[in-house]
Parts: sequence; C-alpha cells; structure tokens
Amino acid sequence: MRIMIGKIGQWFDRRLQLAAPIREAVEHPVPRNTASWWYVFGSAALTVFLLQLVTGILLALIYVPSASEAWSSLQSLNHDVTLGWFIRAMHGWGSNFMVAIVLIHMVQVFLFGAYKFPRELTWIIGVFLLLMTLGMAFSGQVLRFDQDAYWGLGIGASIASRVPILGPAIVKLMLGGPIIAGATLSRFFALHVFVIPGLLIAFVGLHVLMVLKLGINEWPMPGRIVKRATYESEYHALTKKDGAPFFPYAVWKDLFFAAFVILAVAACALYFGPFGPTGQPDPTIIQTVPKPDYFFLWLYALLSLLPPSLETPALLIGPVVVILGLLLLPFLSGEGEKSWRRRPIAVLTVLLIAIMLGTFTHLAGFTPWSPHMNAWSGDPVPARFIHGTTALERQGALVFQVKQCRNCHSLGDVGGQRGPTLDSVAVRLTQDQLIRQVIQGGGNMPAYGKNLSPAETTALVAFLETLHPVGQRPARDASRDVVAGNEKRPGGQQ
Amino acid sequence: MSTSTSTSAKLAKKDNDVPPSNENTLSRRGFFTKMGILFNGLVATALAVPIVQFLLSSITRGRNAYLAWVPLGPVSAFPEGETRLATFRNPYVMPTDGKTVDTACWVRRVTGDQFQVFAINCAHLGCPVRWFPQSGLFMCPCHGGAYYRDGSRASGPPERGLFEYPNKVENGLITIQAGELPTPGAVAALTGEKPPCVS
Repeated sequence: MRIMIGKIGQWFDRRLQLAAPIREAVEHPVPRNTASWWYVFGSAALTVFLLQLVTGILLALIYVPSASEAWSSLQSLNHDVTLGWFIRAMHGWGSNFMVAIVLIHMVQVFLFGAYKFPRELTWIIGVFLLLMTLGMAFSGQVLRFDQDAYWGLGIGASIASRVPILGPAIVKLMLGGPIIAGATLSRFFALHVFVIPGLLIAFVGLHVLMVLKLGINEWPMPGRIVKRATYESEYHALTKKDGAPFFPYAVWKDLFFAAFVILAVAACALYFGPFGPTGQPDPTIIQTVPKPDYFFLWLYALLSLLPPSLETPALLIGPVVVILGLLLLPFLSGEGEKSWRRRPIAVLTVLLIAIMLGTFTHLAGFTPWSPHMNAWSGDPVPARFIHGTTALERQGALVFQVKQCRNCHSLGDVGGQRGPTLDSVAVRLTQDQLIRQVIQGGGNMPAYGKNLSPAETTALVAFLETLHPVGQRPARDASRDVVAGNEKRPGGQQ
Repeated sequence: MSTSTSTSAKLAKKDNDVPPSNENTLSRRGFFTKMGILFNGLVATALAVPIVQFLLSSITRGRNAYLAWVPLGPVSAFPEGETRLATFRNPYVMPTDGKTVDTACWVRRVTGDQFQVFAINCAHLGCPVRWFPQSGLFMCPCHGGAYYRDGSRASGPPERGLFEYPNKVENGLITIQAGELPTPGAVAALTGEKPPCVS
C-alpha cells in the first residue's frame, strides 16, 4: 500500500515538480525564539480568511443579489434552509474575528519592529490587506440588505459626496445610479464576491511568499539594532546558529491556534446566531435607528462628536493621512531598534489608538448623542419629581413631556442624553436663564419660542425650577433681591 | 551607500554584457514581437472605450428622470399649516429595484398652494428624520440633528437645513422634482445650473 502511494506520489511529482520547493518552504529554518504564541496571528488571519471563502461560497448557493430578493433570500437562509442560519452566523462572526485578528497581527508586527528593513514591502502589502479586509466588512454589511444596510449606504454616499468637485459623480459611481437601488446591491455584490477577494488572494499570496523568502522576523532584542548593511548577514547567521525548521518546530502552535480560532467562531455562531437581517430595506419605513456593525462603531461615534466645521476635513483628510502614515512608516523608521522596550513612542501610539477606538466603540454602544425618539411618550416623569408640586408645576411637567424635551433630556436617568440631564437644572440656571434658554435655545438646543405659548413657557419654567436636590436652593439672580431691596449688597459697598 | 554602489556596478556590468549590435539592429523576430505588443495595445485601447463608458454610465443613469414631476397626492390630503409624510416612486426604476425605489418625504403645506417638500434624509449623513408636530421639530435618530418646521437647521451636527425638492401644484396634485439621493456634498446637477435640492 505504502509503495503504491509512494509511486503515485512520484508520478505526480515528476510532472508537477512541486515537492522540492514545498519541502524547502515548510522546512526553512526560523530563529528558535520565533516559535512563540505571539507569532500565530498571521496564520490565524489566513485561516479565518479561508473559512470566509468557504462559508461565503456556501451562502452564495442560496443568496440572491437583487434588491427585491436579497432580504427574503436571507430570511430563507435563516429559517428554511437546513443550517443556513449557522453558515450565515459563521460568516458574520468570521468577519468580526477576521477584522480583530488582522488588527492584532498588525499591532504585533508593529511592536516587534517587523516592518523594518528588509520587510518594508511585506508591511505595505499588509496595509493594503487591512484596507481590503475593512472593504470586505463594509461590503458584506451591504449584502445583508436590510434597513441598516440601506441607511448605511446613505451614510457612505453622504461622506463620499463631500469630496470637492468629484463628490456627486463618486456617489453615483458608488450607488450605480442616482439612488440606492438594485444596481447598488449588484455592484457591492461584485466587489464583495469577485473584486476584493480576488485581490485579497493575490496579495495574501505575495505577503506569505515574502515571509518565506525574507524569513520570519526574529524575536526583537533590546540593543540589537537593524542596519541595512549588515542585517541580512546577521539574520542568516542567527538562523544558522540558533535556527530550527519551521515544520515541525514552530508550526504546531499555528495549528493549535488556527483550530482554536475556528472553534471560537463556531461557538459564537452557535451561541449568538446570525446577524440580522433587521427590517426590510424599504425607505418608506422611517421608524428606524440605523447603526453600523461593530468594526465601524468608532466612526459612528466620531461623526457625532466632531464639531460640524471639522467634520468634512476630518472625513476627507483623516483617512489619507492615516493610510499614508501607515505606508510611509517603514521608510521613516526602516532601521534602528526593533524591541518595544526601547520604543516608548511606538507603545504609547498603540495604546492611544487602542484607547481611542475602544472609547468610541463603547460610546457608540449606547449613543448618548442620539435623541430617544420615543422618550416623550414612553418614559413617564418619575413620581418623585411631581410629588408635592403645584398645579402650575404639574402643567409644566406635562409641557415638558409633550414638547419632546424628554427626547434629549433625561430625568431620573431615563430619557435622551443628547442634552444635559435636568435632575438639578434649577441649581445651575436662574429663572431668567431658564426662560431665555427655552425660548432662544443655544448651546446645541433648538429655540422653542415659536412652539410654546407664554402660558406653556411659564408652566414649563415653573416645573424646571422645582428640579433641585433636597436641601439645595435653586439658583437665584442676586441682583433681583438688591433691586427689590430685600438684601444688602455684597462686599459692604453701601 | 554600499548597496547603491553595488547596484550601479551591476548595471554597468549588464550594459557591458549586451553586444552593441543588438541595440541598433532590428531583427525580424524582434520586429514582429514589437508589432504584436503594439497590436495588443491597440485592441486594449479600443476595448477600454466601451468598458469605461459602461462603468461611468451610472453617473448619468436616470438623469432625464430628474426632470419629471412626480405626484405626491391631491393638495386636499395635506391640511394647511401641517406637515405630513408622503411617499413616491422614484421616476427612474430598474426591474430588480424592489422596494428601494419607494421614497418618503415630508410635505409641509404652508398656505394654499404654497408647499415645502423636504427630503427624508438628514443633511448630516442621510439618516431618516422624523417630524414631531408638538415641538415643531424634525429630529434625526442617528447623530441628533434637529430642524425647525421650515426645514432650517435648529441644532446638532448638520451644517445646513433639510434638502428641499422643487414643487408645484398641478391639476390639484402636489408634484415634486425628485429622483436622486440628496447628499450634503455638492447638490446634484439637474440641468447644470439649477440644483434639484435648493438649500
């Protein structure tokens, strides 16, 4: 039997002549200390990518890329097709894992100085791979053709339209016409299924080839400086002196982690299930609060927190600066220290970006900047704010609800958080200031002068004046007392 | 330094290797190879024209439809002084568009035949705004943009008021010129001089 297999193998290899180069590739010597758990993320990213290819092809067996059919084909995947929900869930969770693992891989490569000479091009191709991964994430979200996808495309179009001069043309190229419709879904399908995956496969091939040709980055040692003139000979000396064949010396950790990642994706898919689809992509249903998938939540937060005047420049210039910075990084610091122990700025940069993205993502989880559209009719004024109030003040509480103040202002931690919470507003603002704020607005609040009768304003302000903690007096305009002659002037100036 | 000198040395060596006769004389084979490349270049250029035209056609697709007047319903369906939601079918439709060509808009009847028709899309990033008659405000659920009843900006991130469709009353019907997703960048070109969404 063995001899038979050996003969068949020889028959093929005589024609393919691949055995020798493959053996050379898998047995190439790697520095011993790179057989570390820190070095498994690249192969894990590749593993998840292969998983995405397989689950993607399986989904394409049922999915219909047509604006009129896509949503219902997703429904049949979820509910009718045997295990369709599981394949959808695997693909959805796989995309989350892929973005996360690619980012972790990138951070590891950055902190280990692996982008330095002679691996600059490996890094640059890696940057393109990151962009393509994000492109796959966004286009995949569009293929889940639901309300979030529809309005998410609108947001994409609104951002693209801000490009000077070419904006409107770019929007129509992106949408495949004047509106978000059938052609839009078809072109995102082409991008998600043909264009980007094709490029990804080619670039992943180059990326891996370069890792094989140039050798895996050695474990960085503080004080071991990269110099263009000597690095390559030093690296070869290292692999000769302290090297081991990649297979089987280092590969087992990659294998274990790859299996673990796939298991984790499957576990998430089983436990949490597929993503959506949410409501039908029917633009006449406007009772919707669109939200991007988790890898773009930080952008969602950023877009609501930036001052309006900075938004367009930040949207148009920001990505260019970031991408150029990533591409130029290996040229700006192609030599020198690799170890993160001697690169405090690199470590701080990673921490800063991680904290920024984490904070924005966290904020986007509860969107304090969005009005709660149903708070005015859904969240009653807590009883303790009404207790012991006069008829006028209660009327004011009614005005407070009916005029949708509650959509942006919370009382007792319930309601919108767009504006400040009003639990103790009377301590902050005097009666005059309250009236002015209600009627004229300002500080990001609309003016209500035209929508409140004088009687309603009086009642509303009377209610707002009751909003102060027990034992703390409401703010008062001191000059009033002086004018009324009730109180002495401060500072003894008579 | 050392790398650059070694490369130039290599280049010089390469130059010396090539016999000078090959550079000046053109062999029959070389000529045909060059002609073959040229021929392929010509074919590629010729083919690029329809390909690029096909790709760019989405920029002008449905352009004539913007000029069409789309009816929203009889004037009597919109009480004076109030703002109501109306829906219309986009004038440019492809067979696979499904429900996406049905669009909503807010119709405000000021007085008599005087109307304002606002796009549903927030002028910030295009989310659907909702009308609250009690407070006389349009509010956006995404980033908290708010607009007054006449569509002007009240607060939040939008830099301008709501997009407005040109409208006119014809045979007792309120009609608008629509057909394009309004976006905040540059307002789309309808005829080249008059944008369909006037700020």
